[in-house]
Amino acid sequence: MARIVGGLTTSHVPAIGRAIAKGLEQEPYWKPFFDGFLPVRAWLDDVKPDVAVVFYNDHGLNFFLDKMPTFAVGAAPEYRNADEGWGIPTLPPFKGVPELSWHIIEHLVDREFDITTCQEMLVDHAFTLPLKLFWPHGECPVLTVPVCINTVQFPLPSARRCLALGRAVGEAIQSWDSDKKVVVIGTGGLSHQLDGERAGFINKPFDLKFMDSLIDEPEWATKYSIHELVEKTGTQGVELLMWLATRGAVPGRVRKVHTNYHIPISNTAAGMMAMEAV
Amino acid sequence: MAARQPASIPGTTLFDGEQARKGYALNKMCFSFNSAEARAEFRRDEEAYLRKYGLSEPQAKAIRERNVLGLLAAGGNVYYLAKFAGILGLDVQDLGAAQTGMTKEAFKARLLAQNAQPDQLQEEHWAWQESSVG
Repeated sequence: MARIVGGLTTSHVPAIGRAIAKGLEQEPYWKPFFDGFLPVRAWLDDVKPDVAVVFYNDHGLNFFLDKMPTFAVGAAPEYRNADEGWGIPTLPPFKGVPELSWHIIEHLVDREFDITTCQEMLVDHAFTLPLKLFWPHGECPVLTVPVCINTVQFPLPSARRCLALGRAVGEAIQSWDSDKKVVVIGTGGLSHQLDGERAGFINKPFDLKFMDSLIDEPEWATKYSIHELVEKTGTQGVELLMWLATRGAVPGRVRKVHTNYHIPISNTAAGMMAMEAV
Repeated sequence: MAARQPASIPGTTLFDGEQARKGYALNKMCFSFNSAEARAEFRRDEEAYLRKYGLSEPQAKAIRERNVLGLLAAGGNVYYLAKFAGILGLDVQDLGAAQTGMTKEAFKARLLAQNAQPDQLQEEHWAWQESSVG
C-alpha cells in the first residue's frame, strides 16, 4: 500500500512567483521567507516522495461563480497553469496520477463527501508556487493530485469538515494499492485580508498558536466557526482550512521537521510547516 | 433551530450569496481578464466592455473611478477584482492602501509593524459555554 511520508504547508502569495522569476530569493525582503524552505528541501531530498496530494484554493482561474464546488478533486493526466491576469509567469504543466485521483474520489464519495470531479482543471498560483518552492529546480519531480476547497464564495465548509475531508483523503492514500510514497501539501494563509477597510489585518498570536496546534492537537481550530476564523485571521486567512485538511490527511502523530513564520510577504503573514509522519 | 446571526466584522464584507448575486456581472467581467485579448479589448474601449458585460450603473461608476471600496460594495469579489487591478498595474498593497486611505508606504509600514504583536494567544472565554444553556 502507498505510504504517507508527511505534510507540508505554506502560504501561496502571487508575489512569490514574481520574486522567483526575477531571482530575488536572497534580497533582504525575501530572504527570511525563502530560506525557510532550505531545511524542507533537504528533508524532501532524503525522503523522496513520488506523489503530492495538494489542498489549495482556486482564485478565479479554473472556477467562476457560475459553478462553484465546495470540494473539487482533479482527475487529469496533467494540470496546466495559465494567465491569471496579473502578469506572473506561467509554469509548465504538472503531471497527474489519475489512478490515485479516482481511488480518492471513490473513497471520498463512499465516506459521504459529495465532491466534484475534474478531468480538466487549470491550476493557479496556489497550486503551482508551493510546488516550485519545495522543488525549485527543473521539472516538478512528483506526480500530483489537486484538491480544491472553496474559499471564494460563502458559505465555506467548516474547519471541522475540512479536517474530516483531509482524514478521508489520508485513508484513501493509505489504501491505494501502490508502493508510492505520498506527501500531502496544503497552501494558503496565514492571517491576511486583502479587501475592505480592514485590509492589512494580521494576527500573529493566532497564527503561531494554530501552527503549534497542528502538531499535537489538530482539532484545536475546529472549535471556531468560519465567521470566527475570518474575524481572527482575515477574509483570506481562512485559507488555513487547507492546512487543516493537510494535517488531517497525515495519520497519527507527526514530528516537526521545520517551521517558518514571517511578517509580511505582500499583505500576508507567511507561514510554512513541514511535518513528518512518525 | 434558527441560526444565530453573528456580529458583523468591522471593515469586512463576506462574499456571500447576496454579494455573489449582486456582483455577478462585475465579477464575470473581471474573470474575463484572465485572457490577454480581453484585457486588450477593455483597454481599447472601456465603456463598450462595461456594456458587453451588462454592468449596473454603480458597478460601472466604481470601475470608471477605480474605487475599490465602491467595487466591493457593488458586489465585487477581491479575487476577481485583483485581475482588474492587474490591468492598472496595481498590486494588493496598492489596493490595501486605497481601501484604508493610507499611502502605500504607510500601509507597508503598518504591515511590518505587526511583528510587534505578542507571540502568545490570549484565549477568550468560549461562547459555547454561554449558548449551551439555551
